[in-house]
Amino acid sequence: MPFIASTDEQRREMLRAIGLSLDDLFADIPAGCRCTGLNLPDGLSEQEVRQRLTEVAGRNSVDLTLFLGGGFYDHFVPAAVQAITSRGEFYTAYTPYQPEVSQGTLQAIYEYQSMICRLTDLEVANASLYDGGTAIYEAMMMAMRVTQRSRVVVDDSVNPIYRVMLESYTRNLHLDLITTPNRGGHVNRDAVAAALAEPTAAVIVQDPNFFGCAEDFAELAKGVHAQGALLIVSCYPLALGILKSPGAMGADIAVGEGQSLGIPLSFGGPYLGFMAARREHLRKMPGRIVGETVDGQGRRGYVLTLQAREQHIKRERATSNICTNEALCALTAAAYLDLLGPDGLRQTAQLCADKASYAYQRLTAIPGVRPHFRAKWFFNEFVLDLPRDAADVVGDLIHRGFAAGFPLSRYYPDMENCLLLAVTEKRTKQEIGMLAEALEAVLCN
Amino acid sequence: MQLIFEKGAPGRHGVEVARSDVPTSINLAPALLRPRPPALPELSELDVVRHFTALSRRNYGVDTNLYPLGSCTMKYNPKVSERIAAYPGFADLHPLLPQLRMGGSLTQGALQVLYDMDVMLREITGMAAFTMQPMAGAHGELTGIMIMAAYHRDRDNRKTTVLIPDSAHGTNPASAAIAGYQVKTVPSGADGCMDLARLREMLTDEVAGLMMTCPNTLGLFERDVQRIGEAIHSVDGLVYYDGANLNAIVGKARPGDMGFDIVHLNLHKSFATPHGGGGPGAGPVGVVGKLAEFLPISVVVKRDDGTFALEYNRPKSIGYVAPFYGNFGIVLRAYVYLLMLGRNGLARVAENAVINANYLMARLRDLYPPAVDRTCMHECVLTAENQARDHGIRAIDIAKGLIDRGFHPPTVYFPLTVHEAMMIEPTETEAKEALDEFVAAMRDIAAQAAADPAALHAAPVTTPVGRLDETRAARDLNLACAPLCDCG
Repeated sequence: MPFIASTDEQRREMLRAIGLSLDDLFADIPAGCRCTGLNLPDGLSEQEVRQRLTEVAGRNSVDLTLFLGGGFYDHFVPAAVQAITSRGEFYTAYTPYQPEVSQGTLQAIYEYQSMICRLTDLEVANASLYDGGTAIYEAMMMAMRVTQRSRVVVDDSVNPIYRVMLESYTRNLHLDLITTPNRGGHVNRDAVAAALAEPTAAVIVQDPNFFGCAEDFAELAKGVHAQGALLIVSCYPLALGILKSPGAMGADIAVGEGQSLGIPLSFGGPYLGFMAARREHLRKMPGRIVGETVDGQGRRGYVLTLQAREQHIKRERATSNICTNEALCALTAAAYLDLLGPDGLRQTAQLCADKASYAYQRLTAIPGVRPHFRAKWFFNEFVLDLPRDAADVVGDLIHRGFAAGFPLSRYYPDMENCLLLAVTEKRTKQEIGMLAEALEAVLCN
Repeated sequence: MQLIFEKGAPGRHGVEVARSDVPTSINLAPALLRPRPPALPELSELDVVRHFTALSRRNYGVDTNLYPLGSCTMKYNPKVSERIAAYPGFADLHPLLPQLRMGGSLTQGALQVLYDMDVMLREITGMAAFTMQPMAGAHGELTGIMIMAAYHRDRDNRKTTVLIPDSAHGTNPASAAIAGYQVKTVPSGADGCMDLARLREMLTDEVAGLMMTCPNTLGLFERDVQRIGEAIHSVDGLVYYDGANLNAIVGKARPGDMGFDIVHLNLHKSFATPHGGGGPGAGPVGVVGKLAEFLPISVVVKRDDGTFALEYNRPKSIGYVAPFYGNFGIVLRAYVYLLMLGRNGLARVAENAVINANYLMARLRDLYPPAVDRTCMHECVLTAENQARDHGIRAIDIAKGLIDRGFHPPTVYFPLTVHEAMMIEPTETEAKEALDEFVAAMRDIAAQAAADPAALHAAPVTTPVGRLDETRAARDLNLACAPLCDCG
């Protein structure tokens, strides 16, 4: 049997030492719930399973040129990232409950927390959450604990995929989730101000938002704070290579999806939820947190700390139920950021912005294609108005080898002709040109 | 060892970013930009690789040696699963593709993996339908309780309370609480199992359901499991199966046949996906037929022509607990494992896991008495009460003594109902020789506890750091190496 170690003879030896039969060991299972064999296929050898999965993988279209983003991006990943995370000492370990044999994981998480603080300009970060969506949910719950209020305002320029998750998670809870409609691709300041007239725990915004538009929330933060609420900013960590940080804008909690930091798209996961906050809110923060300390000889070391917030101590009064998080993805992000360094991150972000600008110019030069929003500040994603249903156009472009973007009508019904396009550093000038030609061709047909 | 921030030199690069083939023409106002890039380390690729190699040598994984961390099922993680998860056909697949026009045809391979896993997990658990969305065990618990709430809402049941045994993992009460329920604790009896009489006393019409781990955290099969389920069902409650310990019974018994309504599985435990130093995991949730309509959006269906599609029209669904289809890369690894083990291999998993745990108990019980004197399933809970009473050596000291002898310690001080608990789960991927070495180490520690307890109090001495001052960590709170914010 694959991966099962003891031989039949060793099993017999062990049963003799135990003094019981195999049946005796399973005797506590009532007869009515025994199972005499599963209806599953016979096992495969490694060679067979690799052949089969090669064939299965071949039925996924990964040869399309991706201009598809929506919060999940096709970025370049240096080979050293996977070489580092493939070390068995990291990926076959579990949560570092025994710090003396887990300094590798613990120090790596401490360094990761430090990098998230430096990216966001906030003082404390946790060891990771599941993904960008659950990170917003956890931030919202955290803000309610901090403020002792139960009303939350979220702008509809926040990723709609995450907003439907918030609706699911809060369905059984006593809270009001208010959605404000964006205005011209930006947060609607008047609607938020009106919503803040009642006691509110938090306002949730995104930068760059789902439409790709970048925004400075510094003024918004003042208004939010004046009403005793917290500002939660969901952000795109790679963009923070050039964009103003959430901390600099006055955010109280920054969260986001860390997939852009060296993690493959992998059909939706595993990804990385990150969270950073102002230090005063630390004890209301969910998730694992690593801290520095010393041993009896004064040697520096790292441990899980502030565990009194967590489920294994506090049980039903814990700040969250999270246990297993995304430690290996946090390690991935740390290795990626170390390899890029400050200049590499800035250059990569700049490259995304430059290529997006170029694509924007090329595509809006096509007759009938116009920018949807007047506001022109965007990072690497933008919305185009097409002369016909964007979903149809995208369907036509698939036949020409492009995943040309995300048609917005699925989440914004009045944006039927709107296409959300993402451009990463991996897209070449030539690919952008070919997309422009293909788009022009399908629009002429 | 130095932090990465203490290494490197200004101007050094690890990665050369590709040259730009477009003009620089940024579409961002100066006020939207940060004054300077984040203060990340400046290192060569070799600096970075050496740093992480050094860190990895200060870490212990299943690849190092026996990792008997009870309830965590630290079995071997097959290398082939890592290889397959990295195939470009899976790793480079964008999750939004199925939402494009005709997009389902672009991801037939991935949808087949999800569908086949659904079918196999149904067979293994006796459930009627699964979702792969939950991204960890505790996330599966929350999803399961949300399904429980949706069921009661649909039936206009007024339910307020979830019952949970005192030996449960902390995630159970935490999950029930954040889903909006009150939690009431059911005590265990002297035999280590749930006290059925007390459970019946606690039953009211307000009980929404019961969360149960079986075998429980003492490694014991709940012999009254069917009667417990009947009692909960008598008030239209639902019985939730925490699959943390499925490894003990996979192929031998199915939660669906025991009367459970909702099941979560930990693919990173039972089905050999890596624990990653604390994730990512995956916590698929299965339900009986009457609950299938409440499962999250979307589910994969197989059409008459043999192709696969995502179904989004689910009016009674709890909605979305993940953005897409869960931790697909983890589900894929577990799929590879299940395909390789097949029917016969899976039955052998539980047998060897249970033999291994009972063998360790049989070889150690004279020195470390079991918490409950019964045969165990896949893990045994032994106690260090003798050593604590006679020599002042506690479970934590034994754990540190094991580290010096080359082993990862078991789970200690859990379950909370047992004094000086040591929860030992060897798993089926360990051979008898490894168990014998572990037994020898545990017996050596017992001898040292009597002869030289001070040496055990000083353990570990073979590691890069000794016991760390956790009180200081929580008091001084150095949680990040961060330069002062320069952003005003």
